[in-house]
Amino acid sequence: MTTDRIAVDIKVPNQTRYLCLIGHIGENIAHTLRNYSGDREKLAYDLNLVLTEGMANAILHANQGDPAKEVHIEISIVKNNLFIKVFDFGQGFDVEQYIKPSHPLDDHGRGVYLMHTIMDEVTYRQTKTGHVLEMRKIL
Amino acid sequence: MYNTSYGFRIVTIIKERIKMNLQIEDKGAAVLLLVEEDRLDAHNSGDLKNQMLKLFEEGKHNLVVDLQAVRFVDSSGLGALVSGFKNASSRNGNLKLAGLQLQVKSMFELTRLHRVFEIYTDSGEALASFQQ
Repeated sequence: MTTDRIAVDIKVPNQTRYLCLIGHIGENIAHTLRNYSGDREKLAYDLNLVLTEGMANAILHANQGDPAKEVHIEISIVKNNLFIKVFDFGQGFDVEQYIKPSHPLDDHGRGVYLMHTIMDEVTYRQTKTGHVLEMRKIL
Repeated sequence: MYNTSYGFRIVTIIKERIKMNLQIEDKGAAVLLLVEEDRLDAHNSGDLKNQMLKLFEEGKHNLVVDLQAVRFVDSSGLGALVSGFKNASSRNGNLKLAGLQLQVKSMFELTRLHRVFEIYTDSGEALASFQQ
């Protein structure tokens, strides 16, 4: 169990060059948590991965690669729960069709499958300005 | 392309107009692609996919992708490798992997791709497997 209360709120241009920046924030949170008894290196990789996947979906699919748009990410830890929200400002994409495990050789669907596998809850819903991907992991 | 004193031919070293540091060496039985990046993700995996397509178009159907420098791979990176594997297979070739770090290997297991690819400890072993 961790006793940290952390809130990170960041907006970046809708460009894949920022995936590394956001992924590293996730890794650094995992390395910084106090009283975390799990596999810290695995948590670091997993947070890097779900942030990278969520943000890449927002950039390439929801925001359709439009460099004029931006992606808004919130990461917070409250009472042993880690929450990630990825806001896009586009037309969204169909998450539901990718929840089931894809065939190993399928071209698409691995990202959503990985997020569902790693996190305890994953939802995607419409907002006034676009959509938000919400994920929760129990620490 | 030119010969070196080390006995292999360097096909090309990619440094221009792509996001990925990638070294490509023709080793005879197979072409070795050495990914010199910390991450293989949606930002740079398209470059790897395109370079593999160029090699297939040049008639190079047996590839070894050395990932020893890669600490992180996402679904796009896996997708690029799967694309390369399918293209190689459709041309009666093969794409083999080498040098996977522990957490990168876990990604292949999580997605069941470890059953698809031949995975070797290092590129020397992977290249030798093409000569058997």
